[in-house]
Amino acid sequence: MSKRLEVVGKARRRVDGRAKVTGHLRFADDLSAPRMLHCKLLRSPHPHALVESIDVSKAAAHPGVHLVLTKSDFPLPFGIMPVSIDEFPLTDRARHVGDPVAAVVAVDEQTANEALGLLEVKYEILKTISDPEDALKNPEPRIHDYGEQGNIHRNQSYEFGNTEEALAKADHVFEDVFFYQGNTHLPMEQQATLAEIEGDGRLRVTSSTQNPHYLHRQLARVLQMPDSRIRVVASPNGGGFGGKCDPANHEMVVAKAALLLGRPVKIGLTREEVFYQHRGRHPVLMKMRTGVTKDGKLTGMHLQTLLDGGGYGSHGPASTFYTGVLTPVTYELPRFKFDACRTFTNKPACGPKRGHGTPQPRFGQEVQLDKIAEKLGMDPAELRLGIVNKPDSLTANWLRVGTIGLAECIKEVVARSDWKSRFRKLGHGRGLGLACSTYMCGAGLPIYWNKLPHSGVQLLLDRGGQATVYCGATEIGQGSDDVLAAIVAEVLGIDTDAVRCVTGDTGITPVDLGSYSSRVTIMMGNAAMQAAEKVRAQLAEAAAEQLEVIAAGLVFSRGRIFHPSAGDKSVSFREAVELAEAKFGTLGAVGSYTPPKPPGKYKGAGVGPSPAYSFTACVVETEVDPKTGWIHVPKIWIAHDIGRTVNPVLARGQVIGGVYMGLGEALMEEQAFRRLPEKLSHALVHRMPSMLEYKSLTALDMPEVDVALIEDPDPNCPFGAKEVGQGPLLPVMPALANAVYDAVGVRVDEIPVTPDKVLKALELKSKGLAPRVGPDHFPAVPYPPPVFVVTPQEGGDGKESNVQERKKRAAAAVV
Amino acid sequence: MAAAPDRVHLKLTVNGEAQPVSFAPYKTLLEVLREDLGLTGTKHGCELGECGACTVLVDGAPVLSCLTLALECEGRRIETIEGLARGTELHPLQAAFADLGGSQCGYCTPGVIMTAKALLDGNLNVSREEIKAATAGNLCRCTGYLQIAEAIERAASELRGEGK
Repeated sequence: MSKRLEVVGKARRRVDGRAKVTGHLRFADDLSAPRMLHCKLLRSPHPHALVESIDVSKAAAHPGVHLVLTKSDFPLPFGIMPVSIDEFPLTDRARHVGDPVAAVVAVDEQTANEALGLLEVKYEILKTISDPEDALKNPEPRIHDYGEQGNIHRNQSYEFGNTEEALAKADHVFEDVFFYQGNTHLPMEQQATLAEIEGDGRLRVTSSTQNPHYLHRQLARVLQMPDSRIRVVASPNGGGFGGKCDPANHEMVVAKAALLLGRPVKIGLTREEVFYQHRGRHPVLMKMRTGVTKDGKLTGMHLQTLLDGGGYGSHGPASTFYTGVLTPVTYELPRFKFDACRTFTNKPACGPKRGHGTPQPRFGQEVQLDKIAEKLGMDPAELRLGIVNKPDSLTANWLRVGTIGLAECIKEVVARSDWKSRFRKLGHGRGLGLACSTYMCGAGLPIYWNKLPHSGVQLLLDRGGQATVYCGATEIGQGSDDVLAAIVAEVLGIDTDAVRCVTGDTGITPVDLGSYSSRVTIMMGNAAMQAAEKVRAQLAEAAAEQLEVIAAGLVFSRGRIFHPSAGDKSVSFREAVELAEAKFGTLGAVGSYTPPKPPGKYKGAGVGPSPAYSFTACVVETEVDPKTGWIHVPKIWIAHDIGRTVNPVLARGQVIGGVYMGLGEALMEEQAFRRLPEKLSHALVHRMPSMLEYKSLTALDMPEVDVALIEDPDPNCPFGAKEVGQGPLLPVMPALANAVYDAVGVRVDEIPVTPDKVLKALELKSKGLAPRVGPDHFPAVPYPPPVFVVTPQEGGDGKESNVQERKKRAAAAVV
Repeated sequence: MAAAPDRVHLKLTVNGEAQPVSFAPYKTLLEVLREDLGLTGTKHGCELGECGACTVLVDGAPVLSCLTLALECEGRRIETIEGLARGTELHPLQAAFADLGGSQCGYCTPGVIMTAKALLDGNLNVSREEIKAATAGNLCRCTGYLQIAEAIERAASELRGEGK
């Protein structure tokens, strides 16, 4: 397409903007229906317990109560991943405080709450597994009866080239242990779901879900109903950030209740319940051994991670991979060994949060690079510029990386922050820190194995000149509807006002896998482009006849269609639709998108591949008060390789929003737990599941953010547009930690970097001890023998070598 | 024991209209607006006074409707997001939020716009620091607040008659 872009790249009011500012936008809890009933869940007060019995008689007899449900109403479990289908909508074994064991449906919330208090539950308390080291030490009691062994959920090892040999050849080997505390999404909208029986007898579930397609499949499983009898409508999400990806207990429960009662049933979670639903950032302990030459080239890295998974599998198998697989994408890393272990513990389940598994190792890697640069006497920006990965290359772990705008990003933030004249020169108490990152533009494989497209789009043209585009993609606030409208509008030469988006409704829209892994712009966008180009060809043929020109050179621009060689003659878009409809019949087309096949052929090679990768560089400025340890951040510079910007207002908003969330994680956000006193239950409970105690940044805490969007269009992406929803969060935490070091000369090797840790490190420094606060050891994790894969650079074929030998060694280890 | 508690009957003046409404006396203004008057534009994020999503104006001042009893609001002037536009014409705050990225998911938006309206009703020459201080009680997880502040500045400029 040779014409200049007229919609893509232009600042516009987003297509759903008006509804958001007038109160028109209806979130799930804003919905009501005639005869609607309300549901509440009874949640376990114990972190680990068997439900011996539940006496429901008093609750069921309470006036206004219509239904009480327990585990026996749900014979089948569910789960987002086929390898971890381990949750029942209501459980008879509580695996964390807040695990739902019963549900009440009543005329209103007040009555349902009263009835919860009348349920009599007898629990048999089990020993609590509180953290990964506890899980490794205590194989019994098992939290689940599946997984690797004991309380280990996933345990794996991969080696790409002989990594010990690479470390032995290095001039220096840096060894660090880092810890990244868990944190949660804290979307402003608490999850809510309305289940109804439609006039034709089918079940409709309207829910604040990021992934209506996966929810639909799990509802069909749990309710044992044909998929065709279910319709899932994703209501506009009041923030997701990954927290609304998993199908959830409350969604299953109200669906079942609506089917049993034949009446609409709604549930809205309280804020406290949202903390128990969680699925947030995994706490991860990491050990990194990295070989470096004296001129700052990496020779290899051995990365070990230990994840605190909480009580359920969730996306855990993928999260486990993500604590390592993107590590080799940013810089040339010839050899890479990656061991990872996820444990079950008696806490709310961890899962995908913005950046899914990658912020933790990214933090470690970028802080370690800062240490490496200092040791080698190199500028951290120069060191990174010297090792930025090559475009169109394969990483040691067989990921194909296309365009790479990372060097431009580094140069941009270095120039804008005046890095060269300010780094290490600001004086005591003030500092600058730099870090980089990468993220996927969509996961290369779906969550359940299939060969089908990842995104489908249907486009219809109306003779009035309106384009209606249908797609299963879900608007969670990121602007996916606006991207959809913009791409269709650009191809057809019309305004986004002339495009109506119908999205996130499994009863109407073609399948799109959902709003996760930063996949929507790329996958939905490519599908939309394909559909729009098909109808454009029909319009062009009809318009060409009318204009008596050849269709090939027609230009679609600003609602008109013309040929540059045909003088002033043109037809309007609407006229062209009428002509084409007369010629071809009702106008419409479908488009779909399937990502390229991953180049790696070893088992596990499916996690990490993506059609494209975004890159980001960030400089954080800090002012650290040595008396209090308080960290003030006046300004952040960030450059993001976005490929191409679809809507600059929204793209900048995603970048600033990512910086905000990253800075919150860096400084204060913690999903942390404590033990109740011995004389009480000694139960492991959330430290304080409220928005007041779960600290997050306010408008007063937010620094100035200087945003640069680096445009290097990627051929795999629609108009070259890469992701921007997750990548810009990733470099903020390490850049902050590096800036604290520049300011006061202490290393806090764990997230969050809080004033007490800074003070403790300063105290160590004043005593002449190593000025570092962070984890002091990495436990002995029984990682299995590695899957060994020869790297592409060393002539590998992408498959595992020596499978037989590994299996022999693994068998020997078990004996 | 009676299942349904007694209800009170009174008139609430919402967005300039006196509306008769009947509700249980313990209900918050948030609940009465959303459940009894159908004004779901006002949101809830915590129902404990922590997040600011439920902010409405009572006699021109921003209040957390989740901590305000509806009973206390009889005879007072209540303003919600639904009353801000003039017909189909958006209030300058609404237009600026929509145009400048002040609203991403949109969930905190009604509350923060009402807070901003109270701020600008009192002073059209607001500084960035005053905007930050006024909106510090409205949590937003999407925007990082900067585009919210920029939108309020744009609206203030519009309301001062600049840029016309």
